[in-house]
Amino acid sequence: MRRKTPKISIQPKHVLTFCTVICLILIFLSFRYETLLSPVKTAVGSIVTPMQKGINTFGSYISDKLDTLANMRDLIDENEKLKSQIESLKVENSILIQDRYELDGLRRLYEVDQKYADYPKVAARVISRDSNSFYNVFTIDKGAEDGIKVDMNVLAGNGLVGIVTEVGKNYSKVRSIIDDASYVSGMFLKTSDTCDVKGDLQLLDEGVIRIEAISMNADIKDGYEVVTSHISNKYLQGILIGYAYDIEVDSSNLAKSGYLRPAVDFEHLEEVLIITTLKEKLEKAE
Amino acid sequence: MIRVLVTLIQILICFLLQSTVFPSFELANVVPDLLMILVVTVAYTRGIFPGMFTGLVCGLLLDCTIGDVIGIYGILYMFIGYFNGYANKIYDKEDYTIPLLLIAASEFIYCFFYYVAEFLLRGRLKLGFYAYRIMLPRVIYTVLVGILFYKLFHMIHLGLTKLSNKEGS
Repeated sequence: MRRKTPKISIQPKHVLTFCTVICLILIFLSFRYETLLSPVKTAVGSIVTPMQKGINTFGSYISDKLDTLANMRDLIDENEKLKSQIESLKVENSILIQDRYELDGLRRLYEVDQKYADYPKVAARVISRDSNSFYNVFTIDKGAEDGIKVDMNVLAGNGLVGIVTEVGKNYSKVRSIIDDASYVSGMFLKTSDTCDVKGDLQLLDEGVIRIEAISMNADIKDGYEVVTSHISNKYLQGILIGYAYDIEVDSSNLAKSGYLRPAVDFEHLEEVLIITTLKEKLEKAE
Repeated sequence: MIRVLVTLIQILICFLLQSTVFPSFELANVVPDLLMILVVTVAYTRGIFPGMFTGLVCGLLLDCTIGDVIGIYGILYMFIGYFNGYANKIYDKEDYTIPLLLIAASEFIYCFFYYVAEFLLRGRLKLGFYAYRIMLPRVIYTVLVGILFYKLFHMIHLGLTKLSNKEGS
């Protein structure tokens, strides 16, 4: 039953040592020269990505069909509710449109540009999540071919999702802001006080993020919006991150810290938008 | 030769399942580790060399797709394959308890060393929390899925053995 190991007697110990040394060299190389091994990663990625894409398409087709059957009754109820909602929204909308004309007029008067809303965006689909439960990194189906570059900001709905950390030919990897290793410089929209937004694995289950290093003089109330700040050199300014709550003074008595509820639902990310503008790098003069 | 090919296909399928299908079945926020089940099964049924190389290939595949630093998964999975290879001496066709125990132990050790390499060195000291939040559910879920998949892999292994015996005689 058991097969004989090779005829030439090589000690498994020696092969193990040999492979370990190779792995250690690989670890060293990829630590020291980050770009050296990225062609290998890209090659593997471009083989695997189409397969993942295919399986995902097939899977979502089936789950869609199942959902359709299961939710028929709910949908009918919901439809009624939504119809009545539409009526009230129509009225509201017409009022808002009037307001908008007025706003446009006033804006033109003051020559205020729309500062943040007009970043060019590209839509992408989430095709795989990191199967290692320690991190919150996911892969999207757009890559260098579609003009994606490292450090581009990723949004979903109207909130910040994360940042592109690696780009392959037809895929790229995004680290979300709830990831344990993520760090974003934020700013309170109302008071312009800055803060640090740090992902924390321990808080992940509650769906919140920690915010730290808020100035002692800042008067922050629950529900204040936190946006990306002008300080960060990777994140574009003014993207909504979430809403602050439970702000308290640190035990060190030097700063305040608290929690933040993200504007994006990270549990159900399917499609994301990538801003194709990069924040300008600070460069030394020649 | 056929065996190597079949094992490679198994690795690829397991990896694809693990990264696309299983995340939608996640319990307590963890995904079962199919590749670990495969490595332990190969090592347990066929010995040190096949276990070691399967581990190395699985690890490097993970390194190239989800890892940042190439080699960490490779080393971890290779050592797991190597040590499980020793269990081949007590291999028994009918026994389903030992492989599951091996899977549980391997998964636990893998999680622990991964924690040391990636979290402890960054100064995250709350081992208790990580054990409770990720290691424990991961081990349990992997073993549960392992019951099913071990049987499947084992059946493939037995089928191949029969095939090669027929060709041999």
